[in-house]
Amino acid sequence: MTDAPASAVAHSALAAAVRRWRARLFGGVLNSLLTLLVLYLLARTLPGLVEWALLKASFAAPDDRVCQAAGGACWAFIGDWFRFILFGRFPYAEQWRPALVVLIFAALLLASFARRLPARALALTWVAGLCAVLVLMGGGVFGLTPVETDRWNGLPLALILAVGGLGGGFPLALLLAFGRRSSLPAVRLLSIAYIEVARGVPFIAWLFLGLIVLPLFLPQGFDIAKLWRAEVTFILFIAAYLAEVVRGGLQAIPRGQYEAADALGLGYVQRLRFIILPQALSLTIPAQVNTFIGAFKDTVLISIIGLFDPLQDTNTALNDPAWRMAYIEGYVFIAALYFVFCYLMSLYSRRLERRLAPGRG
Amino acid sequence: MSDARTGPMIELRHVHKWFGEHHALNDVSLAVRRGERVVVCGPSGSGKSTMLRCVNRLEEHERGQILVDGIELTGDIRHVDAIRREVGMVFQQFNLFPHLTVLENLVLAPVWVRRMKRREAEELAVHYLERVHIPEQAHKYPGQLSGGQQQRVAIARALCMKPQAMLFDEPTSALDPEMIKEVLDVMVELAQSGMTMICVTHEMGFAREVADTMVFMDRGEIVETAPPKEFFAAPKSERARLFLSQILGH
Ligand SMILES: Nc1ncnc2c1ncn2[C@@H]1O[C@H](COP(=O)(O)OP(=O)(O)OP(=O)(O)O)[C@@H](O)[C@H]1O
Ligand SMILES: [Mg+2]
Repeated sequence: MTDAPASAVAHSALAAAVRRWRARLFGGVLNSLLTLLVLYLLARTLPGLVEWALLKASFAAPDDRVCQAAGGACWAFIGDWFRFILFGRFPYAEQWRPALVVLIFAALLLASFARRLPARALALTWVAGLCAVLVLMGGGVFGLTPVETDRWNGLPLALILAVGGLGGGFPLALLLAFGRRSSLPAVRLLSIAYIEVARGVPFIAWLFLGLIVLPLFLPQGFDIAKLWRAEVTFILFIAAYLAEVVRGGLQAIPRGQYEAADALGLGYVQRLRFIILPQALSLTIPAQVNTFIGAFKDTVLISIIGLFDPLQDTNTALNDPAWRMAYIEGYVFIAALYFVFCYLMSLYSRRLERRLAPGRG
Repeated sequence: MSDARTGPMIELRHVHKWFGEHHALNDVSLAVRRGERVVVCGPSGSGKSTMLRCVNRLEEHERGQILVDGIELTGDIRHVDAIRREVGMVFQQFNLFPHLTVLENLVLAPVWVRRMKRREAEELAVHYLERVHIPEQAHKYPGQLSGGQQQRVAIARALCMKPQAMLFDEPTSALDPEMIKEVLDVMVELAQSGMTMICVTHEMGFAREVADTMVFMDRGEIVETAPPKEFFAAPKSERARLFLSQILGH
């Protein structure tokens, strides 16, 4: 083998690869049939899709009739309207502000995912980042023109709702999860009642209720913007789901862990903070991310109380007489936008699980 | 507090404990001097673990008194905390914290309970890892160690709190035979260093080697207390004789 020519080595490597793939794709009758079926479906759909999305697509066109004449996708609509889809009715000249806000969120999420910063620095970064977000969106200081919350539309709105919902929902979820396991019957019953009622009613119903009911708890003449009513409702709703996820994790911790902590003299709070919570939370990462993804997608429901999320922005843009027919392209764009965010979350969760794996024993 | 220095390290006076109807501890009295090594044996379900767990309040006794270093165990949480600081425990199932490295397992309680500086606590941890002969495992996770190594880490973890006394609840029962010796060796060294110990174990070789006192329990009672020579040569009670013949296989 040592004096075999290089081409022979390459040839045998190629043969090995072919063998491996043949075994993967055509190992067994059922496997072969499935492979053929998939190939057939791809052959039927892929060429048409490529033709529509790329070859015959119009990337620059004055209106949808021109696109139709070309016979392909009308990406020109997105080009014309993407700023409205992403930022809605935020004053056009000021749209660098929501754009910056999206970047800040991306940076904050990346900083958390990288897990390089120590916890305290990360928390401070988040506080600073969120303050910057509020200042950029609302304006009124540092010479920024004030913009009322009704014009905080599109992607920044969805991100504010989702991140705020999770950030506010998590501590509440922890309280509920421990409340549900409390030895005090009143605390336990209250937690159970809260969780069951919050989960048992559709989110849309809560949005309407929140809109009407929340102001009743506020002092006379004190108005709270629709956006913040939706945010509070969102927090209260997500907390119920997360509480059950966390409770599942708590139940999976063996009694021996509590006893070892007690025997070492750790107090209740220390036991929770160093022993129980880290394990319960890392055990339930997949379920948590599942809840997060669901919550992020649920933000599109806020259009029902008149807030403009990216989907609602798209629908508004489609009212433009020039682009009435471009709805498929609009919805594909929205789908891709949400998919990218959700897929990133899911990637992160898989990485996190793998990183925490050596600790399991 | 004069008797704290001169009196027994651990004392149980007429302790009773019920699990529902089941009388798990029935009038148990025992005094363990400073530096004394007590080995507890007895059939399964006789209350050995329950007695041990009452000493550091993992279980609550219902009648009688338990005193550790002169402090009485009552509902007073400060007494419980004080006693747990002074009494280390090693469990059959190790109960290491799987999400923390060996070093973090060892450092946690000294830092948060004893308020020791992290640097000092780490030096202490390395010292005790050397004493249990696994200094090289400090940065691994418990799941990456063998059972015998895990149990030695558990012993080191308890020792890092510098306890006055150690409780062992069948520390070798969950181990493969080839790992039992490495754990027993560590326990023998600990006994020879003068640590006050109560060990629940069926390792009679270990008992013969280190015990000052043998305690035999059956059905929630202490049936017999004797020096090991007498206990193994001529157990006074019929039940202990039966138990020994079963466990020693003759
Ligand atoms: N938490 C509990 N609830 C109810 N019964 C219990 C509980 N813990 C122990 N018991 C019962 O009390 C009795 C004594 O248990 P204990 O664990 O002290 O026995 P042991 O002598 O340690 O036995 P083994 O050698 O099997 O460990 C047993 O009958 C057991 O079933
Ligand atoms: Mg036991």
